[in-house]
Amino acid sequence: MNSSNIVELRDAVVVYGSFPALAGVSLTVSKGEIVLLQGPNGAGKTTLLRACAGLVPIVRGKAIVLGHDLCADRHAVRQRVGLLGHNNGLFGDLTVRENVSFWAQLVGASNLEVDAVLERMGLSGRLADIRAAHLSAGQKRRCALANLVVRRAELWLLDEPHAGLDATGRDELDETLRRAVASGATVIIASHELERSRQLATRVAVVTGGQVAGSQGDGGRAGAS
Amino acid sequence: MTRSSTWKVARAVAAKDLRIEMRSRVVTNQVVPFAGLVMVMFAFALDNDTVLERVSGGLIWLATLFSLFILVQRSFAIDTADGALDSLRVAGVSPAGIFVGKAITLMIELLLLELTLTAAAIVLYRVDLRPSSLVVLVTCMIWATAGLAFVGTLYGGLAAGMRGRETLLPLLLLPVVAPVLIGATKATEAAFRINGVAPSDGWPWIGLLAVFAVVFGVVGLSAFGALIEE
Amino acid sequence: MSIDYTIDHIATPDAVAGVGTKTSRGIGLLALGVMTWVVVSGLFLTPADKNQGDSVRIMYIHVPTAWIAYLAFIVTGAASLIVLIKKKPALGFDRVAGASAEVGVMFMALTLISGSLWGRLTWGEFWAWDPRLTTTAFMFVTYIGYLAVRNLGGSQQQRAKRSAVLAALAVLQIPLVHFSVVLWRSLHQSASILSVDGDIKMDGLMLFTLFTGVIGFTLTFIWLVMHRSRLMLMRGVIEDRGLEAAIRERQRDTAGASQ
Repeated sequence: MNSSNIVELRDAVVVYGSFPALAGVSLTVSKGEIVLLQGPNGAGKTTLLRACAGLVPIVRGKAIVLGHDLCADRHAVRQRVGLLGHNNGLFGDLTVRENVSFWAQLVGASNLEVDAVLERMGLSGRLADIRAAHLSAGQKRRCALANLVVRRAELWLLDEPHAGLDATGRDELDETLRRAVASGATVIIASHELERSRQLATRVAVVTGGQVAGSQGDGGRAGAS
Repeated sequence: MTRSSTWKVARAVAAKDLRIEMRSRVVTNQVVPFAGLVMVMFAFALDNDTVLERVSGGLIWLATLFSLFILVQRSFAIDTADGALDSLRVAGVSPAGIFVGKAITLMIELLLLELTLTAAAIVLYRVDLRPSSLVVLVTCMIWATAGLAFVGTLYGGLAAGMRGRETLLPLLLLPVVAPVLIGATKATEAAFRINGVAPSDGWPWIGLLAVFAVVFGVVGLSAFGALIEE
Repeated sequence: MSIDYTIDHIATPDAVAGVGTKTSRGIGLLALGVMTWVVVSGLFLTPADKNQGDSVRIMYIHVPTAWIAYLAFIVTGAASLIVLIKKKPALGFDRVAGASAEVGVMFMALTLISGSLWGRLTWGEFWAWDPRLTTTAFMFVTYIGYLAVRNLGGSQQQRAKRSAVLAALAVLQIPLVHFSVVLWRSLHQSASILSVDGDIKMDGLMLFTLFTGVIGFTLTFIWLVMHRSRLMLMRGVIEDRGLEAAIRERQRDTAGASQ
């Protein structure tokens, strides 16, 4: 096993009831990559992300994420992974700063770090004291990502992150992701946004019928020259 | 997870929940008035001053139990509204810490509720509360509330999130809280000197409440994680 | 899927042709025999009570079913504790816990109904707040909740763990409830403990019938639990085989579509 691989899935199977949502997935992701999962609805993209986050049990095959064997214990990997689904995981009645501070408290990050993260994500100033419920969709998404940053998540799993954002929002999102990767994170995105995501991604993996059909792209480890 | 990180998580969760309550004021503006109304409804239904005074202990705790369902569901609705509970699970945050944090918040809200209900009982049912009974009453409240908070958080976590689970909460919770209802009612009646009972007769019942609280507090620490998992 | 062979040695996947095994058939016949004797003895051979008359015969149903209700509770609790303790998923014990709960709920209902009817005949009341009846009622509702939770979604291991935790909680809560009710009723000294079987003079044959009734009902309980857990096992095996087929089919579909 290559130790610089963040994700290593080999013939992994995940079932919901008796339906094989993942019917033998093989995927390898190295550190610093931005991998785009592309495919029709129901193909298993969301399940693949949840599997990498250790949320659903892998009943067959091999699955190693950040060095943790998910078949043996899928709970240990969770602290190092961030999953952003269709929800943002925000507390509507709390301000942006309070939301991010909550997660900072959980990992022992200082207030200075919170300020730095808010600054980097463009959420500082007046914006930081607005209640999360009053934010725009793009701002909410950015706040959710700020939570991932302050948690120092090493693997970001994003499910349709561009959905509901306007053009500016999407640009900001892409910029955030690039900066996260530059700081050492690895990103896997499931998206329908073909053109934009292709530009962003270092590699594209096609998911159909609960399997990864193939991947194209520069095969690259982003940042490697 | 080390002990200290469980406590750290608990503090963060409790602070977050209390801050949200202070902003949204759901408990103070909705649940407490509801409980007060229930006390009035009891007076309509029972329609007899002597009877009301005699059963006032039980009525306070009945009203508390009815409100408990609402409080528990509210406590978890905060987290499930935008998928925050999922985020907490995904992030591998110590479930024991979440359990303690939410139980602390629930306890504070319940105590506020019970104080209001006791005041309502004094006013509406003409209960006679003397200073010498306060120790029994307060001790009873503390242990009963702890027990209800632990059990409410535990089963509330199970009932949270998935559709069709919320209706499970009363079914699961009511059989469990029966000892608290029995013990708290008897201890409160002792404090109110109903039927010529002295406040000191309440202590055995407080013992029962304490055992209940300790058992479910300790067990809840390890059980909560398994119950919130999908 | 791991299958727990220690408890399933009577139910290996290869032997899964029907729900019965040699052992269960033996137990079933024995149960049938004993129960037949109990019915005959209870209805015809034993004498009526001096005070209660013929209504005392309900005792031959009420007392054993109460015993089985408690037994089922203990079995579910013990099996669930094993599920929690074992590191590897002990699905066999989870099946036993579930089967015991289902059968137990039925016996709890029988206890409540027979007790209620008996009370009506003897005391004129359908219900008495005696600790045994009240605790059984609580057990009944608790287990209905437990069965509802068992049906919630999730993976098999997840469901097993969640149900086991709930059963462990029930093991703690039921004695607490019982103790509270006992304390509660002890205050009402004036009313005699309304236990319907309190004042029956039992002669030798009645005691013997009662005793064998307990044995007969226990055998019936075991037989039912064995069948029910084997049914669960068979369903699991079918799901497994279905899963294999579903995986292959999905892989075939994808391969075909990409051509």
